[in-house]
Amino acid sequence: MSNPQQLRYSKEHEWLSATEDGVATVGITEHAAGALGDVVFVQLPEVGDTVTAGEPCGELESTKSVSDLYAPVSGEITEVNQDVVDDPALVNSAPFEGGWLFRVRVTEEPEELLSADEYTAFTGE
Amino acid sequence: MSDSPRHTALDAVHRALGATMTDFAGWEMPLRYGSERDEHNAVRTRAGLFDLSHMGEITVTGPQAGELLDRALVGHLSAVPVGRARYTMICEESGGILDDLIVYRLGTEEYLVVANAANAGVVLDALTERRDGFGLPEAAVRDDRDAYALLAVQGPASPGILASLTDADLDGLKYYAGLPGTVAGVETLIARTGYTGEDGFELFVAPGDAETLWSALTEAGADAGLVPCGLSCRDTLRLEAGMPLYGHELSRRTTPFDAGLGRVVKFDKPGDFVGRAALEEAARKAAENPPRKLVGLVAAGRRVPRAGYAVVGADGAVIGEVSSGAPSPTLGKPIAMAYVDAGHAAPGTEGVAVDIRGTHEPYEVVALPFYRRER
Repeated sequence: MSNPQQLRYSKEHEWLSATEDGVATVGITEHAAGALGDVVFVQLPEVGDTVTAGEPCGELESTKSVSDLYAPVSGEITEVNQDVVDDPALVNSAPFEGGWLFRVRVTEEPEELLSADEYTAFTGE
Repeated sequence: MSDSPRHTALDAVHRALGATMTDFAGWEMPLRYGSERDEHNAVRTRAGLFDLSHMGEITVTGPQAGELLDRALVGHLSAVPVGRARYTMICEESGGILDDLIVYRLGTEEYLVVANAANAGVVLDALTERRDGFGLPEAAVRDDRDAYALLAVQGPASPGILASLTDADLDGLKYYAGLPGTVAGVETLIARTGYTGEDGFELFVAPGDAETLWSALTEAGADAGLVPCGLSCRDTLRLEAGMPLYGHELSRRTTPFDAGLGRVVKFDKPGDFVGRAALEEAARKAAENPPRKLVGLVAAGRRVPRAGYAVVGADGAVIGEVSSGAPSPTLGKPIAMAYVDAGHAAPGTEGVAVDIRGTHEPYEVVALPFYRRER
């Protein structure tokens, strides 16, 4: 699988878009979606919530397990993807596109975000 | 025993198909090949092919084979006609369940006992010890775990698929029956059993023949939409069908009566059997004053209950515990089996919820099973 070059990645398998006007889009990677299996429920932070880099901010349920969703950066939630709340399978079918999870006004970025190539190496694929 | 995982005769096939593998009772087994939801739906509407070679086979033979099984298990196995099978259990003296089993009567003096992978050693040891304890030297207990690979083809299209590969009389083969035959040129014990709630077959073959049979079934089933299926969808299929799973609904701490499966205990068979006294007491208690009952729960929302989660009543007090839970592809909602206090076990009981990581999610109490196929 190919991880889009223009994105950055966390070791908790979130991707982060480039920041425009201070806002970045967050999702989980195809690698993570594949490992979870069919995602059946997502619990996302609410607009206005403050999230902290590396801290849980939601949940992803699949057939067999539930996993925490981590914030890859700190900031304030400006938008959540209602489409993915209504149809969690988007996380599996389009993890880098229609399956995005939330947008966040970034106040702080951790230094350890990975490039696409570094993330690919990290997942060993 | 080594800690390294065991591999079935079909391991290379699974890897070539790109299966996600998982450790299961010391075996590396396919969890899913693609989407577990698609695999589940294939079994409900078309057909699925499973590798179940991790299941434990034990052969019991000899003039005292029937007597041994009657005394060691809760069922009346000597009364089972040749060619038929029974769902039964092996219990402790205390009535606790050591394992649930399917026993095929292959001949007048030959039975095949199929145990869960995790319990195969326990069952083998118990049968051997009980044989010696009862003084039944003419019952031979043989470990046949390495003698068989087990494939299952399940789903409404499975009779047609199998019929194209065998001359065996499948129409004459009833549910819970098994007969030896040839499938795709391979000597096979063909059994009309399964764990999915659908019509289907379990095929016991020599491990060396497993790939041949898998390939033949894959080819024969291609037009009918047969897909390879992993253990993940096997679990959601059996849960929808209300079938218990050892380690979840069944354990040493539960009796068959606790699990609502008292019908498998045959008190009217001749002679004593291990657990009889305790099970008579359990039967009386279940009839008069059951502490908890196994029920079905269907979610109003979308959060999934997991084994071990608390079930709570209208006042928030704990009234039970989830034994198995999963999103149901057929119902489109999360479902669970749960042990709940008898006072809350009636279908439609108001105010029942599951504590999902601190949030009380409303659930409807329903009768099991969640899904029953049309016949």
